[in-house]
Amino acid sequence: MLRSYLPLLILLGISAAQAVGMVVVSQVLSPTKWTWVKASPYESGIDPLGSTRERFSVKFYVVAILFIVFDVETVFLIPWAVVMREVGVAGFVAAAMFIFILTVGLIYEWRKGALEWD
Amino acid sequence: MTLDFASQADYLLALLPEIVLSLWAMLVLMVDVFQKGNRVEASRPVVAWLSLAGLVVTAAANGWLLTIEEAAVTGMVAVDSFRVFVNFIVLIAAALAILISIGYLDRRGINRGEFYALLLFATVGMMLLGAARDLILLFLALELMSVALYVLVGFDRRDPRSSEGALKYFLLGSFSSGFLLYGIALVFGSARSTNLSAIVPLLPSLQESPMFLIGAGLLLVGLAFKVAVMPFHVWTPDAYDGAPTPVTALMATGVKAAAFAAFIRVFAVGFAGIYNEWSVVLSWLALLTMFGANLIALTQGSVKRMLAYSSIAHAGYLLVAVLAANAYGAAAFLFYLLVYTLMTAGAFGIVIANSRGANELNKLDDYAGFGWREPLLGAVFSIFLLSLAGFPLTGGFIGKLYILRSSLEAGNVELAVSLVLASVISYFYYLRVVVVMYMRPAPAEEANRTVLLTGPGQLAMSVSAVAVLALFFVPGWVLDVAQRSVASLFTVPGTFFGLGP
Amino acid sequence: MLPLNAALFLSAILFAIGTAGVVVRRNAIILFMCIELMLNAANLAFVALSPYAGIDGQVIVFFVIAVAAAEAAVGLAIIIAVFRHAESVDIRNFSLLRW
Repeated sequence: MLRSYLPLLILLGISAAQAVGMVVVSQVLSPTKWTWVKASPYESGIDPLGSTRERFSVKFYVVAILFIVFDVETVFLIPWAVVMREVGVAGFVAAAMFIFILTVGLIYEWRKGALEWD
Repeated sequence: MTLDFASQADYLLALLPEIVLSLWAMLVLMVDVFQKGNRVEASRPVVAWLSLAGLVVTAAANGWLLTIEEAAVTGMVAVDSFRVFVNFIVLIAAALAILISIGYLDRRGINRGEFYALLLFATVGMMLLGAARDLILLFLALELMSVALYVLVGFDRRDPRSSEGALKYFLLGSFSSGFLLYGIALVFGSARSTNLSAIVPLLPSLQESPMFLIGAGLLLVGLAFKVAVMPFHVWTPDAYDGAPTPVTALMATGVKAAAFAAFIRVFAVGFAGIYNEWSVVLSWLALLTMFGANLIALTQGSVKRMLAYSSIAHAGYLLVAVLAANAYGAAAFLFYLLVYTLMTAGAFGIVIANSRGANELNKLDDYAGFGWREPLLGAVFSIFLLSLAGFPLTGGFIGKLYILRSSLEAGNVELAVSLVLASVISYFYYLRVVVVMYMRPAPAEEANRTVLLTGPGQLAMSVSAVAVLALFFVPGWVLDVAQRSVASLFTVPGTFFGLGP
Repeated sequence: MLPLNAALFLSAILFAIGTAGVVVRRNAIILFMCIELMLNAANLAFVALSPYAGIDGQVIVFFVIAVAAAEAAVGLAIIIAVFRHAESVDIRNFSLLRW
């Protein structure tokens, strides 16, 4: 039974060897010349502006927190959506309660002005 | 009415007080954000009173719980009178915290409605903690409580001490949650269930399982962190010291009450079959806590920090009650918890009262002459301190007596003796404050002295002090209720403490 | 299927790494990451155990994920609040309150 996997193993071996080989060959044969332009980070052809180790505005943090809340919401809602017909009314009521609580949180965020950038 | 948890809707009834309080907390949050003109404006006083009303409504729902029974002790949520008693203690603690925060928050410039909403959410977590018969519900309740408290500790974000206390509390608190959760995972793996009632019959076979014992040990460490037992107490003085004082009062009372209730449910009731294993560890922790905390409290120059260590020492006394692991112990535990809640919340209330401008005066020297300047508050503070020390004529004395009695009943003579010795040490630092308040003359400069405690807070402190005294003179009925409350957890012997069954 | 022992062993190692990290490291953010590692080690144990001990194990993981998210939100907020005062997240710098 294991024998039937042999072609797959050979294929894996060849492709791995080829990939490594190409990297090694290009390292060995290609001319390497260090320049500032080459060493600078690639930003779609535009000259990089300033350091990447910049401080971000704390506003991004608020956005991240808002994201986490509604990100984790899907962890609960997708399993419910999958078995929605099986769990019936009880499941619907439970999910509705969950969404109700999140909505209260959303209204709070909106009234607090967390959804505005300025 | 009898609940058998056959339908999911039964859980809505079993959790009614918690559901009411959660909805009320959301209502408080909504009222707060909609009544403000802009987002930096202080909240109106109505928010605090609305929160108090929520606690009253919840207390009514909690009382209603007594009328329903559960068909079997297998549900995730316990519906028994032990839970109802613990809930009342937690609600009293929350109400006291709100009462002493009225006025205080305004002076500190942190009167935001979120304070009350978070306080109510933390209270929901505490109530669930006392009700959890399933380890996962226990974990969730603990986290609901803790996450709300992390924010509350750091609520005064302009004060570096508050932020720093919050950071320490958060790091060590979530560290301990990690232990707790891993312990639950191991218990789940070995017992194939997280429900305590399903684990109990398996205990004889699990006794030899290293996986289960390690899991139980990690659970113990996690809970010991939360109730601040030495040597897992390092966060306590800092978090208590840095937090806004009403939050400190809540942490010292409600949190401790709820976490100890969970301790009783998990260890004294659930893991009673492996008592010999955990009691050894816990006895040493109790000894270390009683002596260590009292000795360190002696060296504290700040009254707020001293009270923080005092609350650690009391965790040691309560552990002695847990270690008795019988009906006497649980009844003594509930009684002591009630007295402890009143006197500790009261003492922190007085810490708020002694202030200059918006700042509390926490140094021992700042209390010089306090008893003469504020005769009522001075007298009330003296009652609380004497009760914490366990002097006769106060409820603290009766509470300690019952714990000693239950400990002797369980054969833990060394623990009983240690409790008495540790209390003797504690007399010194409690009495020192009383002496300074009355015997030492007040310093000459008396300008800007204020009493941050407003009318409602002062009234609450006075009522608490009267209650602490009343619990000495007429402890009978509270003890009666306490012993009936533990009947669902332990088989009750004929009579308790010389009282009728 | 992956043998149970291997998965539990991996989870124990992850838990130990997390614990050691909390004890050794001094940067608040890294401490927090180590704590998350501990929670996720427990998650791994729950998932690995669930074929043997019941489907509850997988449900528990959802709750733990939600709890971890809440802790992350609050914890990072606290770290930001502290950073505003101390301009640092090194816990050795925090000595306003004695340990």
